[in-house]
Amino acid sequence: MHFTLCDLAADIAQNAAESGATLVEATFIETDSEFRFIIGDNGKGMTEEQLERAKDPFHSDGIKHPGRRVGLGIPFLIQTAVQTNGTWDIRTRKGNGTTVEANFDLSNLDAPPVGDVPGLIRTMLLYEGPGETVVRRSYEGIHGAIDYEVRKTELVDALGGLENAGALVLLDRYLRSLDGTDETDD
Amino acid sequence: MAKMTLEELRKLRDGKKTELRKRDSDGKSIQVIVGMGTCGIAAGAKDTLDAFIAALDEKKLVDDVLVRQTGCMGLCYAEPTVEVLVPGMPTVIYGKVDVAVVREIVEKHLIGRQLLDNHIQDRPAADIVAK
Repeated sequence: MHFTLCDLAADIAQNAAESGATLVEATFIETDSEFRFIIGDNGKGMTEEQLERAKDPFHSDGIKHPGRRVGLGIPFLIQTAVQTNGTWDIRTRKGNGTTVEANFDLSNLDAPPVGDVPGLIRTMLLYEGPGETVVRRSYEGIHGAIDYEVRKTELVDALGGLENAGALVLLDRYLRSLDGTDETDD
Repeated sequence: MAKMTLEELRKLRDGKKTELRKRDSDGKSIQVIVGMGTCGIAAGAKDTLDAFIAALDEKKLVDDVLVRQTGCMGLCYAEPTVEVLVPGMPTVIYGKVDVAVVREIVEKHLIGRQLLDNHIQDRPAADIVAK
């Protein structure tokens, strides 16, 4: 079971990245009482029947991992949302991509902690599938206000690729500076 | 610290470019691949990845190592799992890689060129080798 909401979102974002999509768009909207994410892709999508089966933790198409009988990403998300007074929604059409949206009530005693949002964004930018990943993040609350957007193509251009550990160190610093959570002072 | 702009990011990167070109010419490099499937994330693979970046930064190895993410490696009971490829050494998957083990991998495997016998889990699974 995932510890933070960001872990749940990472799982859904990985599905999007592996859907054959050329574009993945994600939006994270956070306040002190609410965390909401919308992750959409233009990948292969699902039929209604496939969507029903994706909600079943004991189902897997067996293509990615031959012989495996579980698929837990979406079931974990639904379970956590249902248990903590949150909401979830999956919109999909075969051949037309999938959008997963979830809304968590942070004042609920059982709601998981939000987790490390800049770290999640870095993880999302590193998924290999889609040519472009756009992530928007906003926060408004007692810690101030954050509002920014990052694009994978711009960052790849600025850093000359994202896999080199040197680029990752800079990417991490960049994302944390946008979030205002970096510890370095200069 | 104030928000960094893309331009500032580019400048920071350009400062290191000459070193990079030198390394690219020999073509081979060390790769560290962290399993970030559902199982990996649940077991703390993100902390493992963060720890690798921090340790490589500290040891000034950032320009010599590629850090990548992959999905589940089929060893869910041993997550977080990390595959380490060093040219001239056998490719191995380490299991239960927490922050302490990350430091050991960087110091003993990447720098000392010795396998960490106690943490070896497996060779790469057949279904991820094709990739």
